[in-house]
Amino acid sequence: MEWETVIGLEVHAQLATKSKIFSGAATAYGAEPNTQACAVDLGLPGVLPVLNEEAVRMAVIFGMAIEAHIAPHSVFARKNYFYPDLPKGYQISQMDHPIVGVGHLDIDVDGISKRIGVTRAHLEEDAGKSLHEDFHGLTGIDLNRAGTPLLEIVSEPDMRSAKEAVAYMRKLHELVRYLGICDGNMQEGSFRCDANVSVRPKGQAEFGTRAEIKNINSFKFVEKAINHEVERQIELIENGGRVVQETRLYDSVKDETRSMRSKEEANDYRYFPDPDLLPVIIDEAFKAQIKAALPELPQAKKQRFKTQYSLDEESVSILTTSRPLADYFESVHKKSGCEAKLCANWITGDLSAALNKAGLEITDSPVSDERLAGLLTRISDNTISGKIAKQVFEALWQSTSSADEIIAEKGLKQITDTGAIEAIIDKIIADNLGQVEQYRSGKDKVFAFFVGQVMKAMQGKANPAEVNKMLKEKLQG
Amino acid sequence: MHTKTLIELAQGLRSKEFSSVELTQTFLDRIQKHQHLNAYITVTEAVALHNAQAADTRLANGTAGLLTGIPIAQKDIFCTLDVKTTCGSKMLDNFSAPYNATVVEKFNQAGAVMLGKLNMDEFAMGSSNETSYYGAVKNPWNINSVPGGSSGGSAAAVAARLAVCATGTDTGGSIRQPAALCGITGLKPTYGRVSRYGMIAYASSLDQGGPMARSAEEAAIMLQTMAGFDEKDSTSVDLPVPDYCAGLNNSLAGLKIGLPKEFFGEGLNSDVAATLETAINEYRKLGAEIKEISMPNLKLAIPAYYVIAPAECSANLSRFDGVRYGYRCANPVDLADLYTRSRGEGFGKEVKRRILMGTYALSTGYYDAYYLKAQKIRRLISEDFKQALTEVDVIMGPVTPTTAFGIGEKMSNPIEMYLSDIYTIAINLAGVPALSIPAGFVAGMPVGLQIIGNYFAEDRLLNIAHQYQQVTDWHLHTPKGFE
Amino acid sequence: MSLTADDVNKIAHLARLGIDHQDVESYAKDLSGILDLMTQMSELNTDNVEPMAHPMDQAQRLRADVVTEPDNREKFQAIAPQVEAGLYLVPKVIE
Repeated sequence: MEWETVIGLEVHAQLATKSKIFSGAATAYGAEPNTQACAVDLGLPGVLPVLNEEAVRMAVIFGMAIEAHIAPHSVFARKNYFYPDLPKGYQISQMDHPIVGVGHLDIDVDGISKRIGVTRAHLEEDAGKSLHEDFHGLTGIDLNRAGTPLLEIVSEPDMRSAKEAVAYMRKLHELVRYLGICDGNMQEGSFRCDANVSVRPKGQAEFGTRAEIKNINSFKFVEKAINHEVERQIELIENGGRVVQETRLYDSVKDETRSMRSKEEANDYRYFPDPDLLPVIIDEAFKAQIKAALPELPQAKKQRFKTQYSLDEESVSILTTSRPLADYFESVHKKSGCEAKLCANWITGDLSAALNKAGLEITDSPVSDERLAGLLTRISDNTISGKIAKQVFEALWQSTSSADEIIAEKGLKQITDTGAIEAIIDKIIADNLGQVEQYRSGKDKVFAFFVGQVMKAMQGKANPAEVNKMLKEKLQG
Repeated sequence: MHTKTLIELAQGLRSKEFSSVELTQTFLDRIQKHQHLNAYITVTEAVALHNAQAADTRLANGTAGLLTGIPIAQKDIFCTLDVKTTCGSKMLDNFSAPYNATVVEKFNQAGAVMLGKLNMDEFAMGSSNETSYYGAVKNPWNINSVPGGSSGGSAAAVAARLAVCATGTDTGGSIRQPAALCGITGLKPTYGRVSRYGMIAYASSLDQGGPMARSAEEAAIMLQTMAGFDEKDSTSVDLPVPDYCAGLNNSLAGLKIGLPKEFFGEGLNSDVAATLETAINEYRKLGAEIKEISMPNLKLAIPAYYVIAPAECSANLSRFDGVRYGYRCANPVDLADLYTRSRGEGFGKEVKRRILMGTYALSTGYYDAYYLKAQKIRRLISEDFKQALTEVDVIMGPVTPTTAFGIGEKMSNPIEMYLSDIYTIAINLAGVPALSIPAGFVAGMPVGLQIIGNYFAEDRLLNIAHQYQQVTDWHLHTPKGFE
Repeated sequence: MSLTADDVNKIAHLARLGIDHQDVESYAKDLSGILDLMTQMSELNTDNVEPMAHPMDQAQRLRADVVTEPDNREKFQAIAPQVEAGLYLVPKVIE
């Protein structure tokens, strides 16, 4: 039998606010345990939540970016369950009235574009962390993360393969980072996902019973976990078994999913509107204000880069992965006045390679847009050759000098003085009469030998075009 | 000193007739002497005397306000920095809050001297103060009777002059009912008028803190300090606070009083009804017009309340889990055991009953029939009030069906106990303000008159109560043995 | 409407509330009585009534995104039943 996989993803993106969603405690990662958990985060008696404006703004930005309906009236609800990392015994979330309604995201898999529906996105608070290292057989609870704002983005069950799921997750990851609403750090758990996976015989309209795989925190694991789960389900059904609706945990070490019975038992979350919080009203003015400040969206930017700069597909897609990188490119282009292609090649080539090697982001680049522009200007106006430019770039990376300073200091300026070049050429021709003979008898290849000799004699600083032109004239006699 | 009114005491402090330290000591001695009332859970003697001294300094250097140096007490539901806050529960017997409630902070800033923390029904769930882990409070008018609840300690302390005035909280009548049963004045402000920050939540959409004092004038002075917007409470209302004392002497001529026929029917004790009739006649003499009105949905207030309040409480009390503070059971074998035993041993029976009720009402399959239905009825009840308050200025009625009942009388029958809240509960569902004033006695026990007003009309309510207290002296009676 | 002892045990489990065996019946009786009281609500048609969650018809106020809370761990953990290395300790959590 042929099987079809059906996947829906629930992605949790931590919003990049300074303070928590309902308290004034810091959200920074990596602090000493419980030093960023204030009275509200700890659920002490009598304390009350007050909503962070920035979290609301970020949710609306996201909603606009996926062309979703922004709810004019959304409601926070309490989701009740007991767990030691959930201090109040309920999580403040949104149930019936999420802030972001139906939207969509387009993905590309093997060159084919596909639209994935987003059912909703809602605001909620993150839980703390349970540390299972041995405290005399006890578990330690760190509530620093409790109350960190999360945007839970729920997709429609529109994906049909692990590959599509990964493409969707990557696209979402790229988008939230691009919008500046999430740092996307998957290792720190800022961006994680649960996958709802089911299989059905190809052609069948109804969905099969789904299993939910919890807390997957890398693209690689999403693919592996889904593929593994699909295999497990098919094998189960083909052997006469039945998939049960349950929560499963992906174990990346063993590369398998296993049932999480502890989370399963008697889940009745008893959602009801949180009486400590009032309805969130998003009016037209608030939306207009956000819309005005909304950055150009990745899709639109890609299109513009293609037409405005006549760049190839690959360069465009690299340059538009993040807003800072795209901004860097545009700034270099503007400041240098050089051809877009030259700018793109340097940024996606030498600069990216150097950043990668050093493990730096574009925002931390030792070579500022201004300094790179200075270098490219000198390539464009023939002050230096492409080869020398690489040397200058190295120096730019190491120092704080400008390209012009480096060129001057190291004497790297290209020699365009025809007199000087002529003298050298004359000397080389005189010293290599045998090769001159060969060239004149039709051996064109020898020409490269002369170019090499001249460049060597001039330490690479001669203008190659000038050298070529003059050599040709002289050799032809 | 203890027989004087708040205004007289403030004058005495200014004229140096006595110091705040002397005044505070007098009240501390009285608390000690009348311990058998069980009005206090914690007496903060040392801190009180220290703060009294600071108040005397303020009085001397001219930075004092009306409440500076006045000994008051806080219901033990308000968190007090470094002072035990129990909420009347074993669960918090070892809990000392790392912060002050906004209300506490405001009284501290005003220079009021806190004598201690007052007894109450456990987590404010009860109408008799008998559900307190610290034992029942006795009614100073008859020590075999209940003082009412949940602010029973507050009402008993003010009636017995163990504090000049006290704070209370009111979720379904918890200020007004004990005020009525102990013969004092108690005001439940409009929902959102007084900050709930640091006030341990029972039912968040109904809870409201308010003043309990002998007279409306004293209540006005207290409310002046308590009321106001608090950025730490999302449900607090950002409206200016009027001068509550300014209009106390306004004339009541032409005041339109509505008497809902649903308040004066079956179930109301006839002696109580007669007492109220006399009180209402007094208003007639003051120039008010009396009109009968109808609020048809009032009868559903009790069922709606006993869905909504337990539902909210079932979630509000989930934080008491033995992990971060409060009671933890001995030697839990696993996590489930830690939860069930800490909560099972830490909460009393009435609290458990309401948690169970609320959990049930919110659970799958019952949400629509109970919780959602109750919320819709809440809307209808609130519309009844809005409609009535377009026809009349205020609504008057009883606070309780009878005078204080005997200790132990209703403990075995929770439903009968719930029904005693019949006249107070609807007000919380609507969120409007209401107060209870002493209106006479039946067989030596106080009777309260309830006055209900429009949203944020506390000033009008206090004016109406004050005018009555200018022509009657019920509020000045002191129980025997406490003169 | 009447609740059985079994119902009470289920609800108590959801609420993680330990109740004594001998009290289960009395809770069942009390809760059934309260539920009887609730049935009055069904007498009223509320089909077109908007549920009311708050007494005030207001919108949620938004707080500026500013860190205002300093580290107060020492004070908060002074009232905790069991802590070590800055962590709250609970019996082993099994996932």
